[in-house]
Amino acid sequence: MDMFNAIVQVLDSTIRLSVPLLLACLAGLYSERAGIFDIGLEGKMLVGAFAGAAAASVFHSAYIGLGMAILISVAFALVHGFASITHRGNQIVSGVAINFIAAGSTIMLGQAWFQQGGRTPALASDERFGAIIWPGADALRSVPILGPIYSELISGHSVLVYVAFLAVPFTWWVLFRTRFGLRMRAVGENPAAVDTAGISVAWLRYRALICTGVLTGIAGAYLSMVQNGGFVKDMTAGKGYIALAALIFAKWKPVSAMFACLLFGFLDALSIRLQGTPLPLIGKVPVQLMQALPYILTVILLAGFIGKAIPPRAGGVPYVKER
Amino acid sequence: MAQAAIELIGIDKSFGAVRANRDINLEIVRGTIHGIVGENGAGKSTLMSILYGFYQADSGEIRVGGQSASIKSPNDAIALGIGMVHQHFMLVDNFTVLENVILGAESDALLKKSIAKARSELERLEREYGLEVDPDAIIEELPVGLQQRVEILKALYRGAEILILDEPTGVLTPAEANHLFRILKQLKEQGKTIVLITHKLREIMAITDTVSVMRQGTMVATRETRKTTVEELAELMVGRRVLLRVEKGEAEAGGVKLAVQNLTVKDSRGVTMVDDISFDVRAGEIVGIAGVAGNGQSEMLEAISGIRRAVSGSVMLDGKPIDLTGAADPGELRDRGLAHVPEDRHHVGLVLAFEENENSILGYHDDPRYLRGPFLNIDAIRDDARDKIAKYDIRPADCRLKTANFSGGNQQKIVLAREMEQDPGVLIVGQPTRGVDVGAIEFIHKRLIAMRDQGKAVLVVSVELDEIRSLSDRILVMFAGRVVGERGPEATEGELGLLMAGVEHQEAAE
Repeated sequence: MDMFNAIVQVLDSTIRLSVPLLLACLAGLYSERAGIFDIGLEGKMLVGAFAGAAAASVFHSAYIGLGMAILISVAFALVHGFASITHRGNQIVSGVAINFIAAGSTIMLGQAWFQQGGRTPALASDERFGAIIWPGADALRSVPILGPIYSELISGHSVLVYVAFLAVPFTWWVLFRTRFGLRMRAVGENPAAVDTAGISVAWLRYRALICTGVLTGIAGAYLSMVQNGGFVKDMTAGKGYIALAALIFAKWKPVSAMFACLLFGFLDALSIRLQGTPLPLIGKVPVQLMQALPYILTVILLAGFIGKAIPPRAGGVPYVKER
Repeated sequence: MAQAAIELIGIDKSFGAVRANRDINLEIVRGTIHGIVGENGAGKSTLMSILYGFYQADSGEIRVGGQSASIKSPNDAIALGIGMVHQHFMLVDNFTVLENVILGAESDALLKKSIAKARSELERLEREYGLEVDPDAIIEELPVGLQQRVEILKALYRGAEILILDEPTGVLTPAEANHLFRILKQLKEQGKTIVLITHKLREIMAITDTVSVMRQGTMVATRETRKTTVEELAELMVGRRVLLRVEKGEAEAGGVKLAVQNLTVKDSRGVTMVDDISFDVRAGEIVGIAGVAGNGQSEMLEAISGIRRAVSGSVMLDGKPIDLTGAADPGELRDRGLAHVPEDRHHVGLVLAFEENENSILGYHDDPRYLRGPFLNIDAIRDDARDKIAKYDIRPADCRLKTANFSGGNQQKIVLAREMEQDPGVLIVGQPTRGVDVGAIEFIHKRLIAMRDQGKAVLVVSVELDEIRSLSDRILVMFAGRVVGERGPEATEGELGLLMAGVEHQEAAE
């Protein structure tokens, strides 16, 4: 039974750890499906996390925090759009610039406003998104097997966790069942076809980037208002890049993206769980190796285990009407 | 008086300093097929792009059905019943036919209804015009002929009454082209108006009712097709008399110069593109390789010239074998007298950002003539470039100009001059006149024949059947990676067309 409880705990933290990855990964999916590479997921999450925690602590409301996180993140997404769609700039350069601005400005503004070394004040419980306990979760806890699964894995998460997982079927539906999705996929493959069909390439791509901004904003809010009780500098810690790796691993498909993010979350959870625990046969594994595991796996997977990942064909190329 | 579907009045359009269209007046009569011919860069495509709302004219008026129309985007054009089939298909390759057809013409925000509507509409169009295509097929899995049909369906689905086709036969086999013409005639009978842009005069003669000729951005003449001739149109296009068929004497073929033996080549995906082919080219003859693009010609050329490693096979150059499966080296082949004019001059033959004189020695830069010690001898290179410019009539005659600023025909002459002036024993040329104007074609063909008459072995690969027929002393037809037939220059187009489509080959196999 101990073993079972340990597994449930690892899976529970898998869910918690994969949520920011999943939100960022879906964010990247909108942008890249529309033909805009977005290496700035990391930066947008970071400004979202900062704006969310700062607004929540000033206005004492988690929802105002979330709204502000989304707003600022979308604003950064639009900057990326302005550089790479309107002015046809290099999308990688623009994304990297956004990451730098995000890393610098959050610390600077944090220090200027709160004087806590770039942190935001610790959030009170009503300024954070608390866990939602599903009906009967406590009563069922003692039921063997199903009890812990229901009360630990399904119940007891914050609203943003449910939002993230509902965003998966929603994204699939948008992509493959709506006019917007059809056009978005088309513009990522062949913008000239969209243009000659009488649809604005730029406006379509801007709308995709707004979706990206909304999702990275939620991802940021999750980091600073659910996982953590406030903003800490550089708290995204490379999650934006892992999300990009997951996106490639998932071949730009929403449901696969969810599984990819769960896998990365699981490795993360496992590495935390196994820290300091001796493994059979191998013995004690250094903490650093365990922490590096998700990244090592990323390299191995991307190096060839997933077959050929074909990105949207117009990805990374600014659209210029041919002469 | 027949009613005009479209009237263009005084259309002007400039791109920077280039006046692509100047004072164009054109009237297209409803229910006819109207051809527009002109050399590359004459402004045909620009004019049609203006009509389709892709560009806006600087001045002038467009009337559609007698009404003055303001066409600011393709949307406006579509609303006025104008549809366009672009030279490079505007299709999303990994979408289905249905998805491509509804893109931009969806009936509401969810796809379900649009798809159902398009499916029944496609069935109707299929019945009415014989435009069969599987609505659920993925575009990239369809042959080009069918992809083009999808483009036509797209336009008809949007209610096009006027259909513009930009160079529609460039990618088609003769049989596919004939099928297209049948469809166009049927559309005409149903009252549609068709505008056909092409540089192939034979197509104009075969299918159009009226033909307009453009030259250097102006509309120089409009003729009734049955009252004009190919010769007159060619002269109008170029502005002087042109020889459409090069005159040449009998070939005096000597010994075998180039022998390709059991060549097999796979492409980067591992698909066999050239399947165990062998052939000879003798001194003093031109061997032409005909075939629809994509039947292994490109891979064969790359292997023979040492750019792509072959799976098996070798070439004999002047009786000495060179293994093509090893680390083939284009430089070694070149040193042994094999010059290569690649098919794709932009990506393989030239560095467009370089000056003309730099490109004119590309690959021969370590020849002592162009060196002074370890350094390039800039003066010698430029003198050499100026010689070639004079000899090959390359315009503008400026060896310091960036290569990108030369027209397609002059760029091709730069490559030809570079390779021919090395006095190679064997010359292999891919698509000698792709994207080249009528005037320059004549020049290039004469040069190739002059090479032959000097006793060189010349191998020409072209998708233009006319070119192959007028140049070659022997014609080999490639289909699906194999040489499926050899014919003399007197072979008819129909005969070669069947071979190119693999018909005879399949019958023989059965």
